[in-house]
Amino acid sequence: MDLLAHLPALQVVVPMLSAPLIVLLQPRGLAWAGATASALVSFAIAVTLTLAVLDGQTLEYAMGGWPAPFGITLSVDALTALMLLIVTGASAIALLAAKPSIDQQIELERQPLFYSAWMLAMSGLVGIVVAADAFNIFVFMEISSLASYILIAGGPDRRALPAVFKYLMMGTIGATFYLIGVGLIYMMTGTLNMADMEARLGDVTDINPVLVAAGFITIGLALKAAVFPLHVWVPNAYTHAPHMVTVFLAACATKVALYVLIRFDYMIFQAALVDHQMQFALFAMPLAILGILVASAVAMFEGNLKRLLASSSIAQIGYILLGASFVSIAGLSASASHLFNHALAKGGLFLAVACLAYQYRDLRLSQLGGASKRMPWTCAAFVVCGLSLIGVPGTAGFISKWLLINAALQSGPWGWALVAIILVSSLMAVVYIWRIVEALYFQPPTEEGDVVAEAPLQLLIITGLVAILNIYFGLFPQVPLELANSAASLLWEGAQ
Amino acid sequence: MNLLELLGYFNYWVFAIILTVGLYAVINKNNLIKKLIGLSIFQSAVFLMYITMDKVEGGTAPIIQEGVEGQIFSNPLPQVLILTAIVVGVSTLALGLALVVRINECYGTIEENEILDAD
Amino acid sequence: MTAETAILMAIIVPLFGALAIVLAGRISPNLREAATAVTSISLIFVVWGLLPTIMDGGRPAIEVSELMPGISIAFKVEPLGMLFAALASGLWLINSIYSVGYMRGNKEKNQTRFFACFALALSATMGVAFAGNLFTLFLFYELLTLSTYPLVAHKGDAATVRSARIYLGVLLSTSIGLFLPAIIWTYSLAGTGDFVDGGILAGKLNDPEIGLLLGLFVFGIGKAAVMPMHKWLPAAMVAPTPVSALLHAVAVVKAGVFAITKIIVYVFGIDFLFDAPSSQWLLYVAAFTIIAASVVALRQTNIKRLLAYSTIAQLSYVIMAAAILKPLAEVGASLHMVAHAFGKITLFFAAGAIYVASKKTEVQQLRGIGRRMPWTMAAFTIGALSMIGVPPTGGFVSKWYILAGAFEANNLVAVFTIIASTVLNAAYFLPILYMAWFEREPAGGKEHGEAPFLAVLALCITAMLTLAFFLFNGPVIELESQVLSGVSE
Repeated sequence: MDLLAHLPALQVVVPMLSAPLIVLLQPRGLAWAGATASALVSFAIAVTLTLAVLDGQTLEYAMGGWPAPFGITLSVDALTALMLLIVTGASAIALLAAKPSIDQQIELERQPLFYSAWMLAMSGLVGIVVAADAFNIFVFMEISSLASYILIAGGPDRRALPAVFKYLMMGTIGATFYLIGVGLIYMMTGTLNMADMEARLGDVTDINPVLVAAGFITIGLALKAAVFPLHVWVPNAYTHAPHMVTVFLAACATKVALYVLIRFDYMIFQAALVDHQMQFALFAMPLAILGILVASAVAMFEGNLKRLLASSSIAQIGYILLGASFVSIAGLSASASHLFNHALAKGGLFLAVACLAYQYRDLRLSQLGGASKRMPWTCAAFVVCGLSLIGVPGTAGFISKWLLINAALQSGPWGWALVAIILVSSLMAVVYIWRIVEALYFQPPTEEGDVVAEAPLQLLIITGLVAILNIYFGLFPQVPLELANSAASLLWEGAQ
Repeated sequence: MNLLELLGYFNYWVFAIILTVGLYAVINKNNLIKKLIGLSIFQSAVFLMYITMDKVEGGTAPIIQEGVEGQIFSNPLPQVLILTAIVVGVSTLALGLALVVRINECYGTIEENEILDAD
Repeated sequence: MTAETAILMAIIVPLFGALAIVLAGRISPNLREAATAVTSISLIFVVWGLLPTIMDGGRPAIEVSELMPGISIAFKVEPLGMLFAALASGLWLINSIYSVGYMRGNKEKNQTRFFACFALALSATMGVAFAGNLFTLFLFYELLTLSTYPLVAHKGDAATVRSARIYLGVLLSTSIGLFLPAIIWTYSLAGTGDFVDGGILAGKLNDPEIGLLLGLFVFGIGKAAVMPMHKWLPAAMVAPTPVSALLHAVAVVKAGVFAITKIIVYVFGIDFLFDAPSSQWLLYVAAFTIIAASVVALRQTNIKRLLAYSTIAQLSYVIMAAAILKPLAEVGASLHMVAHAFGKITLFFAAGAIYVASKKTEVQQLRGIGRRMPWTMAAFTIGALSMIGVPPTGGFVSKWYILAGAFEANNLVAVFTIIASTVLNAAYFLPILYMAWFEREPAGGKEHGEAPFLAVLALCITAMLTLAFFLFNGPVIELESQVLSGVSE
């Protein structure tokens, strides 16, 4: 077998094995280099896999050579590849930029452990994405969750501790709900492999346990994905985490849970639960709309920069869910492309926040006066990513907004109302982003406000790069769009 | 559904009751340790569900003996699964307890409302 | 250089100009001003170099990137866009001369940011002018809003930031809330958003909806300042005067009316719209805006705000002329776009020159100023006469054509509006002229002479252009008749 055939396994194994190795890299800076190298290798693997599945085929991998019903299988298709790109890309970019910020926030002797936890979180997330069986998803989910609890609590901010505790409670309940659902399905079908589940659920005579399972799985994953109103753990966890951890997690952690949710619903439940096709839409659409409106409104009045962006993340999760809840191929491809574009925009925003935090201890908007003078490049990158978040044409964010509005128009008689909601929430995004812009550019400067004191070059270059990517993928979105479209058609076929 | 049928599902009733008890403790208790205890109870309910559902009536442990034919085995897979889940549960609990220790160091209390007041 | 590369160059040259300005600004202000001058002169070469091709009936087009099937970033030069681009690029050079005099005379801060954003705004303007489809138009329309925001908020104090917030708020919310849905609606109806002679919507939309879609477009394009979406224009007057002069009398506002005209001609199609009774309302809304804005202008005491309301009225002239949907009126619409540009930029230049020389901003302070600043006030007079429509100024020619179109269509509302607004225009401009020339300056005033030489030079040039347009308007009419012949084919 050639190397390509083993790549799905290597995707998980590389970061997982590098985790214990990194612990051993005590000398100064080596742990960072090891973690970054591992993340870059993972990213390269993800890119290779993407190229392999771009034409619509699915790669299957049987662990240890055991075939599907007995062994553990991994599978990579277009949607998987898109998520792999997001997870490994976010991790690699965050790590490349991370060193100055991490050095500032975490003591040197604890850094190897920290980077090791980062690798575990990443391998868990990647594992969720490639796993083709429901129980392994649970295991990987808990690996990634436990590691991210450590990452979030690893910073100097003591308020992170109660925040993580809350996250741990809610995350564990979510995972356990998911486990209950999987157990019920196993009881009815005798399989954990997702493809087999889909095939056998059609033969199940008593549909009630499956409905209960669908409920448990949906709620459990919604908890992990921070779907409104199960999002309460997000603002504090993101706000008080070390800044680079926020970049990484905000870009991909909740999206992975959402990915599993969408996959379960479309691949397994939609097809199996005849006459219940609309359940997901009926359940998800109101939550998505409420999430978009409420979280955007909260963000409009939030005073802390990081918490504001965290609220906006909840709203953006709402967009992704909204697209999926249209139960149409157009909606799915809007969702899939928003997964990518939002990761790009929010990752860039949090990177810029990390740059700001390097110079400003207090990230309340009222304390950021004069930032545009001190850190002109950071602020420029922030504005570009902010525009992408709003969905201004010419940026990546616009592409998915356009797709989403188009999908809403096609979704039936209520389409116009949905379009109105999307547009209103875009305007709310203008408001909260512009509050930040005004604070950065027009607020009277604090004491040493006129001295240019940019963030370290390493951090700055990566931030600028992500800002440029936001524009690049706004003008040339062909590759992510192609992935999103074939992901959508895969899911759609699964639902038939 | 008559009484007998209801009783036939008694393991699920126990599961549901334990689940609710655990969830109640997680939501309602103010002390972080008690919350963690609740979380453990909550998780054990799921363990119970998995372990009881594999029992096949008249089945024995799935060990193949030479010369003995036609035996009925209980399904071993859920037990294996739940072993993994128990490991996950133990790790979560350990991490949770470590967090409580750190919270106690930083805040000098493990009562949730006092922590909220402290910030 | 082929015509296709020239299109791209028109957008790229100001972009690189902005970069050069930023870099040169680090070294010395003179080098920076040189960068601005070189950029604007090269832009004129690029844009005006396209003119012969268009006159000969060529329609160069280029596609840059196809984002999604059917939706692409593409450019196509047609007569309307050519006219707009030539106007904006030509006036940019004059405005740059003026800006140097104004900004230095006023000792403004952040001049590098000012000139760089100006170049960015011009790049966006060129994009709007040459856009080959609705999506590209929208892209550059938004870029224009965003690149002008720092210019409006230039001063940076609390009041300015508040006004800039209104500016951005109105323009972004109308464009996202109304313009974008209109575009998406059009794409979903026609499957394309390309600008095609004769329109793309014919037979795809029925009557009440036509009026609705037109409404989404007209009110969504907030830059055209049709009431009630006009609030941003007076708010934008907090910007330095060169910004008000070029952007809020020419580039930005004209981008609005230009976009509406382009949509009427190339998306709806004149004939299609003429047959749809539900599109009639546009004429009445424009007429109302003309009268109402003129009445409001009567009550203004601040010179720049008065000019802003006058701009709102004059913009609706163009829209009303386009909405008459008759060939002569369409010619009048584009003539008026040019004539108003020359006249209004002169007026703003004069207002800015007065501010630089004397710090005067109110109408009442202008008593007797004609004797201290004869050149400036002479130019102001020419601009004001052009606004009223008195020969021999450009404003007379365009009003003539619009009036002729209105008679051709037997549209008495339009005729009445034009006459009434001419009276109102005279009512608010003539007293100013009288005050400036014939009244005596109150005693104890500050001693001052003319504004810096560069500023006076610029306003004299534009005043001359206003006069010259009375006689030499042939090319504009020829370009416009090409649009109309394209429609009738």
